[in-house]
Amino acid sequence: MALTLQTFSTVKDANAALMAEGTRYLGGGTLAVRAANEGDVSVSSLVRVTETSLSAIAVSGGDARLGASVTMAAIARHPELAALAPAARAVGGPAIRNMATVGGNLFAPAPYGDFTVALLALDAIVATEDSEVPIQTFLAGRDTSRAIVTGVTFVLPRAESFRFLKVSRVKPKGVSVLSIATLLERTADGTVTSARIALGCMADRPMRARAAEKALLGCKLTAEEIALALAAAGEGTSPITDPVASAWYRNEVLPVHLGRLLLA
Amino acid sequence: MAKVPVQFTLNGAEKAEFVDSGTTLLHALRDKIGDTSPKGGCHQGTCGACSVIIDGELRLSCLTLAETCNGAEIRTTSGLAEAGVLHPLQRAFLDAFATQCGFCTPGMIMAAKVLLDHTPNPSREEVVEALSGNICRCTGYEPIIQAVLRAARANSQNAA
Repeated sequence: MALTLQTFSTVKDANAALMAEGTRYLGGGTLAVRAANEGDVSVSSLVRVTETSLSAIAVSGGDARLGASVTMAAIARHPELAALAPAARAVGGPAIRNMATVGGNLFAPAPYGDFTVALLALDAIVATEDSEVPIQTFLAGRDTSRAIVTGVTFVLPRAESFRFLKVSRVKPKGVSVLSIATLLERTADGTVTSARIALGCMADRPMRARAAEKALLGCKLTAEEIALALAAAGEGTSPITDPVASAWYRNEVLPVHLGRLLLA
Repeated sequence: MAKVPVQFTLNGAEKAEFVDSGTTLLHALRDKIGDTSPKGGCHQGTCGACSVIIDGELRLSCLTLAETCNGAEIRTTSGLAEAGVLHPLQRAFLDAFATQCGFCTPGMIMAAKVLLDHTPNPSREEVVEALSGNICRCTGYEPIIQAVLRAARANSQNAA
């Protein structure tokens, strides 16, 4: 295995090194080293950064910033990130969670990337050294993006407005059939006034269920009132087919699981 | 290819080696240092057979590059027995018939050790969660879960 590792103390220097052909950024190793182990010879050099700010979690005034090297385990045990703990715990087993990072999850292809589904529902901002872009824009361009992600920022959701569900067929832990994150604002009588619904495994990367979001506005969370939203959930999806589930199956069960999450 | 120096503590003993850049910790441990207790199963982060403890945290040595472990304290199953006496987890795995082919056992034991280090009296659910990244194709898991619970009981009786 002809693979070299370059370590830099600053993101700036690492970004410069990443311009070279055949280089890839090394976060926790669960994607980059795995690819090397599987014989991906397109990468000959891995680049990593030891800058400590990349591992920092900052929560203040209802806003949160997660450095790109923050691990799923660090999120799951952080007392002020309790709302996000289910999404962080949905990633892998304990060892993977000690390694897998926020930055890496943003690049994880389906069926991985469950935490990014949560970040998409939160409409997070993805930061690099010299830009900040909405997560949806970032995800659309991630295949060609070369700049190292330094962190994500988002408004911390109130626990009652944010829901997350990962569906897998192997218990207690398995690869996703699909995952869903919802952020719903409701009036005192329970009427939905704003809705963001993010889906994992329903395309090659996390996507928003725009039609379902629209159909949910003005509804109360009852089986009758959410029926139209559930019927619209599959609009625009293009699920992956893998050994866990076919695209057909994922489309069939999406409304069922979205319904369960909304009525929970 | 350029060799790079790696230096870390393995089960309390200082180790220093030169490895090819990009070498995984699993490869360095097994083929350079001679600790074959971590097993290479899937090399994808799926099976957990290569699990080791690095600075108190459970990690997968197949996805960890050796040169990122400079200065780290690494623990593997081969360092658990003291003066020929098996660690309570090893004893419990034998007594509870939690080992058949044995390939997953070192990873299972490392995962269980991290759990018991932080949670001396875990519930069954906590044991299942702690082992959820480790795959066993022989036992059906139940004997392994019972072994970890048995080791926890043995520890608490010894402490009492």
